[in-house]
Amino acid sequence: MAYDYQPFDYVPPPGLNAPEAKKPVVIVGAGPIGLAMAIELSRHGVASVVLDDNNVVSVGSRAICWSKRSLEIFDRLGIAEKALEKGVTWQVGRTFHRNQEVFNFDLLPEAGHKMPAFINLQQYYVEQFLVERAQEIPLIDLRFKNKVVAIDPGPSGAILDIETPDGPYALEASYVLACDGARSPVRSMLGLEFEGEVFEERFLIADIEMEADFPSERHFWFEPEFHAGQSALLHKQPDNIYRIDLQLGWDANPEQEMQPEVVIPRIMKVVGHDDFRLDWVSVYTFQCRRLAEFVHGPVIFVGDSAHVVSPFGARGGNGGLQDVDNLGWKLAAVLEGRAGDRLLASYNRERGFGADENIANSARATKFMTPGEGIERMFRDQVLHLAGKTSFARGWVNSGRLSRPCTYPVAGPDDPQLPVEARPGAVAPDAPLSDGWLLNQLGGDAVLVTLGLAAPDGVACRVLDLPATSETRQRYLGRAEQACYLIRPDQVIAARWVDADAAAIADALRALWKGG
Amino acid sequence: MSLTTTPNLPEHDTFYAELLAAHRGLTEAESHALNARLVLILANHVGDIEALREALTLAKS
Repeated sequence: MAYDYQPFDYVPPPGLNAPEAKKPVVIVGAGPIGLAMAIELSRHGVASVVLDDNNVVSVGSRAICWSKRSLEIFDRLGIAEKALEKGVTWQVGRTFHRNQEVFNFDLLPEAGHKMPAFINLQQYYVEQFLVERAQEIPLIDLRFKNKVVAIDPGPSGAILDIETPDGPYALEASYVLACDGARSPVRSMLGLEFEGEVFEERFLIADIEMEADFPSERHFWFEPEFHAGQSALLHKQPDNIYRIDLQLGWDANPEQEMQPEVVIPRIMKVVGHDDFRLDWVSVYTFQCRRLAEFVHGPVIFVGDSAHVVSPFGARGGNGGLQDVDNLGWKLAAVLEGRAGDRLLASYNRERGFGADENIANSARATKFMTPGEGIERMFRDQVLHLAGKTSFARGWVNSGRLSRPCTYPVAGPDDPQLPVEARPGAVAPDAPLSDGWLLNQLGGDAVLVTLGLAAPDGVACRVLDLPATSETRQRYLGRAEQACYLIRPDQVIAARWVDADAAAIADALRALWKGG
Repeated sequence: MSLTTTPNLPEHDTFYAELLAAHRGLTEAESHALNARLVLILANHVGDIEALREALTLAKS
């Protein structure tokens, strides 16, 4: 059934009548990233005002694939249960060339993780769940139909000019978080430009509602018979909604391609019948671009306002949530006076690294899907040809490498005996415990996790002792008998040792709060 | 079989991107020549005539 859009209430803001006190944080944009940012900051005790020029959730499904890491973040924000209950869980992707399956992947082949590899869930549901959660939190002040029209950044904050249905007002904030999407008005107001690549290709994206027993898998076709010479993608979403992406070519006219009389015959060729309802249609071009710097004095860019990728790989929304994960605790620590600007510089550095990895992966997939004429097409077609004959070439077929959290290049102490998956810079792997899940036990601050040894006296953070189970041994000990891990508030491993040493742990803890 | 046809290059996406980058801006004739040199260089690196014969057969099939 079609989503029931319920407008959120506009409430005249106090600033219309009298100047408001300076806010620690103003978030521009109540999309998934802005809302998640507000909730994450509230977990660290930071109040925020969220401004949005609109008063409904996203029109159209937009971001639909939410990764395991995003679900772990949603779990901390308090919406994972709703998202899992509503979403379509999947982990297998199949890639076809013409009629033949040439490659498949299973994103979560091992058991013992709380969250599945992926769920598909329309962005409007994610936004709805986040708004419902944010409305329960007194530290969050949600203001719909509040449009930022000007920004004046200074040395100790920024002043925002805002328009409402009742007229204009101004707000001053120590930090402004631009979560206002790929076409970010804040980015334009600061005169900042994206750098990177725009691909000369157009894709049609359509949501249709139909009764079908299509499996919960990602299906991708190169040169399918139903869409000659081009590519196509099919995803199942809740409410019997299916997402279909069809490559159109650069010559396509976007306005014309979005007309139902053009779209419906194309979809009929994909699904083989006309027993469906067209729910939403859009046409997009591929871009892999980013801002050179994400932190501009008091203005910090988060999510699509900072970087955009082509969609095959689910690296847009998921990448943005990893920005939120990385920034929340750092900004809270700076506002609290617990850390200095170097910690914010580490947001710029680490998420810049993450954005580059996402851009590299999505640019490669885009190039494989839409090769240039000549040698690029030659190599692409011959990989597909060999994929029908040899196993090595199947892995080279690239219809998108799906979002995984990057491993940050942190310089924390390491020990080569310990498993590579849990090295410094990586997200701490989850594992089942007798009373729940490991990630749920880590809390909102730095924590020293010990396995098979006692923490030395005088460790200046919480200590969590883990029992030795087959999963904790495999994921945290490897060949070693004992270990301890220093884990950041965003669940990223900062340092690890086989032998605990109070001085080394103290050094690593100091480095953690300095963005080292 | 002495020719490896199972997955053997974990960084295949990186290699593929660098391969295309090496061809960027070349004419068709220059691309052919680059590919020819690459085949010769890699054949020497493989250093196994049986494997190379199997590769020729697989490529022609």
